[in-house]
Amino acid sequence: MELLRMQAEELSGRIKRGELTVWEAVNFYRERAALAEPETGAFLSFPEEDALKRRADEVQEGIKSGRYQGRLAGVPVAVKDNICTKGLRTSCASKMLENFVPAYDATVVERMQAAGMIVLGKTNLDEFAMGSTTETSALARTKNPWNGRHVPGGSSGGSCAAVAAGEVPLALGTDTGGSIRKPAAYCGVTGFKPTYGRVSRYGMIAYASSLDQVGPVGRTVSDCAALYEIIAGNDPRDAVTSKKEVHIPWAELSGAPEAVERLKGMRIGVPKEYLGEGTQEEVRKAVGETAVLLARNGASVEEISLPLTEYVISAYYIIACAEAGSNLARFDGVKYGYRAKEAEGLQEMYRRSRSDGFGKEVKRRILLGSFVLSAGYYDAYYLKALKVKRLIKEEFDRVFASFDCLLTPAASETAPEFGTSLPDPLQMYLSDIDTAGVNLAGLPAISIPCGFGRNGLPLGIQFIGNRFCEETLFCVARAYEELRGALPAVWDKEDERRECSAGRRKAV
Amino acid sequence: MQMDDTIIERMEFLAKLSLSSAERERAGKEIEKILSYVEKLNELDTDGVEPLVHILPEVNVFREDTVTNEDGRAMALSQAPLQREGQYVVPKTV
Repeated sequence: MELLRMQAEELSGRIKRGELTVWEAVNFYRERAALAEPETGAFLSFPEEDALKRRADEVQEGIKSGRYQGRLAGVPVAVKDNICTKGLRTSCASKMLENFVPAYDATVVERMQAAGMIVLGKTNLDEFAMGSTTETSALARTKNPWNGRHVPGGSSGGSCAAVAAGEVPLALGTDTGGSIRKPAAYCGVTGFKPTYGRVSRYGMIAYASSLDQVGPVGRTVSDCAALYEIIAGNDPRDAVTSKKEVHIPWAELSGAPEAVERLKGMRIGVPKEYLGEGTQEEVRKAVGETAVLLARNGASVEEISLPLTEYVISAYYIIACAEAGSNLARFDGVKYGYRAKEAEGLQEMYRRSRSDGFGKEVKRRILLGSFVLSAGYYDAYYLKALKVKRLIKEEFDRVFASFDCLLTPAASETAPEFGTSLPDPLQMYLSDIDTAGVNLAGLPAISIPCGFGRNGLPLGIQFIGNRFCEETLFCVARAYEELRGALPAVWDKEDERRECSAGRRKAV
Repeated sequence: MQMDDTIIERMEFLAKLSLSSAERERAGKEIEKILSYVEKLNELDTDGVEPLVHILPEVNVFREDTVTNEDGRAMALSQAPLQREGQYVVPKTV
């Protein structure tokens, strides 16, 4: 249990000091995952034990020789299953790629390997990251570790559930419209979506390329920052990655008083449109209390207005589906992936393979994308959405001229129950209202747990920063985390249960 | 926006998908509902607004055309549903 309570960085420290071997750390989490998986269902696949052991030994050797010295050397990490891992199945939770084994590693995976991290397994997601609950996965059902009747959120539901259940200390997710931040909020963990262009998407199976971004999921802001530092930075294989230097405010992240000090004079805006009628009362209250807490500690907190918020979902879904339609054209049953058996002729083979290989939600988005891009409708839908995207970006730009960051809910409610979201796709799309604007404007944002709802499920708030201003965001988030204090983890609940049953036994 | 069968079939053709008639009916209704929501964008006056495709100012990022990967032919082919003599096999096209 002691290992479980350690931050990733501390775990690495112990390994580097020789108090613990890499294999002991890996094996601890492997065994925890094996125990928790029948209930959580966060993972889709694990490497073979032999391969994992070889990798652990190699890292151990590298730590000894000084090759791996970073903050997260020796730390196990889970990877969302739409990020390519050489030799390890990468399925996108789709029948289309159920047996796909990549020939190469994604840049983010390469960088984690080079930093001495160990990929513990691949996590479940909504099929091709299209969904907000992880229910559209064609391969597995992931449950919310706080309450198995509820969804973990999506699309990075497996990564967030794995971290929340203590099956792994850190994970990678991807965020196109909130896919890291929403499940992080639902599962009570910290999730960070970097500025568009900070992290390479090479080897990440694309959904909507102008919005997709890889990011870390962890238990603390500092752990997320450490993983972000490893994966961020220019990559010649992803032309949109920026050459701007990545700077992590380690003084503030490791010393809480320094972070709280940085709050002084920080200008934080609270957009009122994010607290409208669709937002649960307890979420609104949590944001209000956070604002008071930050103001009491020296930040200048002000209510602001982002009137275009009500157009975010419309613009987002038109653009995302248009790009999805184009990106998913590559799945044709020829070079890899699923091919329908009894199809006559090439066209029929394409159509049958795609119709059988893709699930309902993916097909709906491809059709919608084909529609908004088709002759006669392109201007009215796609072009219009791109124009509104500019207006939304400019609205954020105006706000960031006078504010350092924004405070909003990460989700307007706690995790819904299974089966309540998919019957009405539009309602599910609308639930991305807190997160999707950030992707349209390419901004960085972090989702942090802030407490629990009456139903015992986690609540999350979100800080949004200006493009490439991750440093400010990390400081504010770390300061908040310190002021908030520790929150119970899923395993505390396990402890409680154990103690209760031990108590009962004693009483008998 | 009314989604009739002709439009849906056109979308299926463009998207290389084939829906059953039940799926077609459902998809039509759902897409109609989504479109009627997104038409909300028409409330905004966007005359003279330049469409924004890329959020970052960088354009035309070039790199040297150098080969960095090794020969991955066997590995790549191993993923093909059907292959023969080092080539992908597809149904007869002509």
